[in-house]
Amino acid sequence: MKRIKQVQKQVKMKTIKQVQKQAKMKTTIALLSIGLMTLSCSNDDDPIAVDEEEVITTMNITLTAAGNTVTLSSQDLDGDGPNAPELDVSGTLVANTVYAGSIELLNETETPAEDITLEVAEEDDEHQFFFNVSGSLTGFDYTDTDEDNNPIGLSFTVATGDAGTGTLSVTLRHEPKKPNDGTLADAGGETDIAQSFTVTVE
Amino acid sequence: MKYSVILLFVCLWGSTSIAQDCKSILLGDIIDFHDNTHLSGAKVIITGKNKQTVSNEQGKFRFEKLCDGVLELEISHPECTSQFVTLIIRGDTYKKILLEHHLEELDEVKVTGTITNNTSSAQEGHLSLNEVEKYSGNSLGDALKSLTGVSSLNTGANIVKPVIQGLMGSRVLILNNNVRMQDMEWGEEHAPNVDINANQDISVVKGAAALEYGGDAIGGVIIMKPLPIVRTDSLFGKTQTNLFSNGRGGNITTSLTKSYNSGLFIKGQGSFKKLGDLETPNYLLTNTGVQEKGVSISIGKRDFLQGWEAYYSFFDSDIGILRASHIGNVDDLIQSINSQEPNVINDFSYSIDQPKQEVTHHLGKLQYYRRFEGLGKLNVQYDFQKNNRLEYDIRVGADANKASLDLSLTTHSISTDFQFDSKDGLKVKTGLLGRYQINFANPDTGVRRLIPDYNKYDLGAFGVAEYRLKDNLVFDAGIRYDFSRINAKKFYRTSRWEERGYDEEFSAIVLEDLGTQLLTNPVFEFHNVSATTGFEYDSGKETKLRFNYSMAQRAPNPSELFSEGLHHSAARIELGDLRIKSETSSKFSLSLEKNSTNWGYTLAPYLNTINDFILLEPTAVEFTIRGAFPVWAYRQTNAQLIGIDASVYNNWTSRIRTDHKFSWVRGTDISTDIPLINMPPANFNNSIFYRNPTWRNLVLGLESMYVFEQNRFPDNIFVFSPEQQEEVELAINTPPAAYHLLAMDIETSYSVRNKNDLKVGLRVTNLLNTSYREYLNRLRYFVDDLGRNISLRIIYNY
Repeated sequence: MKRIKQVQKQVKMKTIKQVQKQAKMKTTIALLSIGLMTLSCSNDDDPIAVDEEEVITTMNITLTAAGNTVTLSSQDLDGDGPNAPELDVSGTLVANTVYAGSIELLNETETPAEDITLEVAEEDDEHQFFFNVSGSLTGFDYTDTDEDNNPIGLSFTVATGDAGTGTLSVTLRHEPKKPNDGTLADAGGETDIAQSFTVTVE
Repeated sequence: MKYSVILLFVCLWGSTSIAQDCKSILLGDIIDFHDNTHLSGAKVIITGKNKQTVSNEQGKFRFEKLCDGVLELEISHPECTSQFVTLIIRGDTYKKILLEHHLEELDEVKVTGTITNNTSSAQEGHLSLNEVEKYSGNSLGDALKSLTGVSSLNTGANIVKPVIQGLMGSRVLILNNNVRMQDMEWGEEHAPNVDINANQDISVVKGAAALEYGGDAIGGVIIMKPLPIVRTDSLFGKTQTNLFSNGRGGNITTSLTKSYNSGLFIKGQGSFKKLGDLETPNYLLTNTGVQEKGVSISIGKRDFLQGWEAYYSFFDSDIGILRASHIGNVDDLIQSINSQEPNVINDFSYSIDQPKQEVTHHLGKLQYYRRFEGLGKLNVQYDFQKNNRLEYDIRVGADANKASLDLSLTTHSISTDFQFDSKDGLKVKTGLLGRYQINFANPDTGVRRLIPDYNKYDLGAFGVAEYRLKDNLVFDAGIRYDFSRINAKKFYRTSRWEERGYDEEFSAIVLEDLGTQLLTNPVFEFHNVSATTGFEYDSGKETKLRFNYSMAQRAPNPSELFSEGLHHSAARIELGDLRIKSETSSKFSLSLEKNSTNWGYTLAPYLNTINDFILLEPTAVEFTIRGAFPVWAYRQTNAQLIGIDASVYNNWTSRIRTDHKFSWVRGTDISTDIPLINMPPANFNNSIFYRNPTWRNLVLGLESMYVFEQNRFPDNIFVFSPEQQEEVELAINTPPAAYHLLAMDIETSYSVRNKNDLKVGLRVTNLLNTSYREYLNRLRYFVDDLGRNISLRIIYNY
């Protein structure tokens, strides 16, 4: 996977270099043409599209407890475009239950979709999910650790309280301070994901 | 003829040594060689003594307290070549000096401090060399702030964009040695890429009246010219160094000039500046270091009949952006605004890490002029500029050391003008300009490009005239036409393209559909007309009245048209609009000035009405999977700016002088009756100076600056905070409180090899170490402004 990417990059770099060379040539030509007072210069070559790499478009959280599976998903296909992420909660949670959670991350701008979960798992010492619960969600716990025994959060548990609504906020930080005191402020790093889900507990 | 008194006053400042126990008086008379008229406004310098004056209306000048012996005078006049006269002082002495008038090399032989205004009727300001030296270790924007009506939009202390009477960016042109800077002035965090130490004759035209430089200077024009080179066989140099306590660094700048009697000259100049992290009264500003390098070289020959110049300059700046200002999403911004404390404070360091900017600017110029007898003067110029801007954001993984933005802007300009000045009292100047510009946005960054690849052509033609109706009444008028065509290749996100409604209006410019992105080819043409007229009336009692009306049009810049997407360094989504058209300003300005030896004042009100004013303001937030980001969108409206710049000075005794300056501007979106964003708050500056020429030219000054709270600002926006799970007010527009700062300056002169060739100054800014925030500083959300700074400057002339 990585190798393919590198090759792709090299190919890209080459084309870019060519374009730069062409741009340089063009500068020289432009200089000459202006000197001759012929203000004719055209730019027929199209620029190269930038496909932002390592984009996460989709987060699927699966919460399971005996016989009950609920999926929380957030999908944002246009990144910094105008469309807000589409949030979906597949069902209701059962009161006073501990759910096992797992997170899947995808880049759906590529076909087939790229599974970013693997990358996070590979570089788990450079990533951490941070959770925050309120309302009818009463607590959470990490159930995975990286090689240094620090939490990651790709799998976790979340507990429900009495019936009502609750929120689960999930933040993925890249290169946070590890270990940290569990707060975003202490962890620092770069935010890859920041999403909140409202769930119903019955 | 004009400004003799201002000059006198400037000279009083500049003047220095008076030896003790010398009582002789020199009286002089300056007379035009051709018609025996008395020449006023000629500047007279006693060479090597740093003592100067200006001839009065009757062509007379006077020096007092001279020692008996031999003196050399240098006499210069805006319309004459400089002349050197040697004379002997024996008691009170009288000397008649004949100057060859009409040798109009005014551009070529302009001498330090000689204020020839750029226009007759517009409001203008000029920095004395002394002031430029005071700010040698700062930036152009810092120095210009000492002029009334000029403020700055800062991104921290090292990115300073000049604001003239409330307007900035593309509305303010910067002429660097007669080359219009093309350095991506469109961005709020893009500072002018000029070295203040390179071209130290700095003046400002407030408004669009100086049409020969460009028609779109709705805010004004900043003109930086090299100090004149005297036409004589000489080799002279100057080195200045400044050391700063705040930032624990300093700068050094050196220039060396070799000139010949033939008019040939060669001048080289270099500057280097290095500062580490700056500090507020209470904490360090992590990653606010700066490193700047500047080099310029100029070679040429100036003769009465013809002359040429080749000039090259290079400026490189690496600027650290406050670490704490790097935010991830709107919740971080809310948290920063509410906490009023930076979230990252590290130990002091000189290193400049991400986020940072690395900008280089090359500027080359070839110029030639020739005089035609009985007709006028022809000027031809070619200039080349290449500006490369790298902006580094905090990135992770493999991209950690990759720039997020990499733009290269290359500009070629060719211009020519002809000045007809053979008729007495009438000056006409006409000119043509052609410009070609290419912008290349490097896709290597791996980040979608806010500013696209484009090429742009400009063509301009102007005519300006000045007519002296009577001795005390001068009219000026001008007209200019500018054509520009911009041809861009821009990728749009399909969802944005549709959200903006471009799919309906601009479907014809789509070249290629890449699924989530569209490649488009926007081509726009703008035809702009600018005109100006006004007069200057001299009432004779050292009082002048100027009136000017300017109409100017400015085409939208690439940022206003094409911005689209997340601006990483600002953590905001910036949206331009392809529908934006030129804005048109109508400005009336009046200036009443009195300048006598003892006191003087300037009252300069103005009214600027701008139709289709383009502004950038926060409008909403947009949600992404990474959180919410504030959206800053460009829009057009009708705006009105009304304001006044006022200043008074008084020489209480020959040694004590006070200066009082006030400026105020009120900007309103008149379509909605909402205050305009980013209008400078009113400010009131007072200073007192004590000078004692007999004690090492001591100049002691105390300056007070009071900045009012800006109480006119657009409403804040309300955003849904994902973290707080509720709608909260984002206090993004709320201005900080008023503040008062004190500064102190002491300067003395010493004689090492020549008289007074060494100047030493000590300056303390923010003397009381006051904590404050400035409305026009984009980092005010995150941190306080600078604390106390003690600086030492040493200037050596040789």
